Amino acid sequence: MSHRVKRRYLAVEVDGNEPFRGEELRDVVWRAITQLFGEYGASQSGLALIQNGKQKSYCILRCSREALPMVRASIASITEIGEQSVTIHVLRVSGTLKALRRKTASAESK
Amino acid sequence: MRKFVDLHLKPSWRDLEQVKSMVNKSAELGFRMVGLALPERIAVDEVNQLRNVCDDACVELATRVDLVPRSRHELLHGLRKLRRKFEIVSVFCASKVVARQAAKDRRVDLLSFPGGKYPRVFFDRAEAELASSAGASLEIDLQPLLLVNGFARIRLLSRLRREVALTRRLKVPLVLSSGATETRFLHKPQDFAFLGILFNLEFPFALEALSETPLGIVVRNRQKLSPGYVAPGVRVVGRQD
Repeated sequence: MSHRVKRRYLAVEVDGNEPFRGEELRDVVWRAITQLFGEYGASQSGLALIQNGKQKSYCILRCSREALPMVRASIASITEIGEQSVTIHVLRVSGTLKALRRKTASAESK
Repeated sequence: MRKFVDLHLKPSWRDLEQVKSMVNKSAELGFRMVGLALPERIAVDEVNQLRNVCDDACVELATRVDLVPRSRHELLHGLRKLRRKFEIVSVFCASKVVARQAAKDRRVDLLSFPGGKYPRVFFDRAEAELASSAGASLEIDLQPLLLVNGFARIRLLSRLRREVALTRRLKVPLVLSSGATETRFLHKPQDFAFLGILFNLEFPFALEALSETPLGIVVRNRQKLSPGYVAPGVRVVGRQD
């Protein structure tokens, strides 16, 4: 019997002064999850960077549906990327990339 | 649709630019009412100026005073002097005597407790029972959670988990606030609610602590401060000579 993993796609916006790379954001989210929920929690999150925005304040992350509260709590706890003070806001969450892109069309085009 | 309320913004109130940026950011993030911590001796003009800033951002202002009394006497004096001047009265419980008095006094809206390494005072069962019967709410500021890490955060989360469990068991209303001193500590209400899962506060209850509970306190106090108010359920509707 096959068991399809259900995922959630998150459009996130970084509120900071300097541009950043999507990989940096992914790493900082990984670190936050590991700090708050440990390696066991991080292993369940299924976190991945899907897309960098055209302007470097927007990107799309993916995680497993069950781990969504954990990932969102971790994202909200982030206050720095490297040396830079930032706030990360989750703009939208969706079950498919297509729906997420439709809902966040304006933010993505920035 | 829910009306989200952040009852504890702590900008430097003399710096109008900072107040503006924080109020605008709160509005942008989805809050419809903000509570600004104001000094005890603020003039009416200054409050009106802040109210205009909030009106421009389409956010309601709730005036709030944070009392930090050192003794029971100081707390009672502060309450007598300030209760009718501010919509929200919060008491920072730095000692057990103050905490107990604040919890049983019906004029107190919010109780907040120190974090720190080894706090001498904390929200225990007796405190929760008193607060529950007097209608005072426990306020949890989320900024300290974002500022600390490592063992300090572990201790803080453990304390918050204990406090949240007590509020649930003894039916003490819970209010979640940002406690933000800068714009970078402001988040969307949903993001704050997700932070609640770190101390076992389920998402629907966290949303309630960010909307219905604080809004209820402000509405109740506005009624009490209105000129015709006599007692709960009794209002003066007209006078005859």
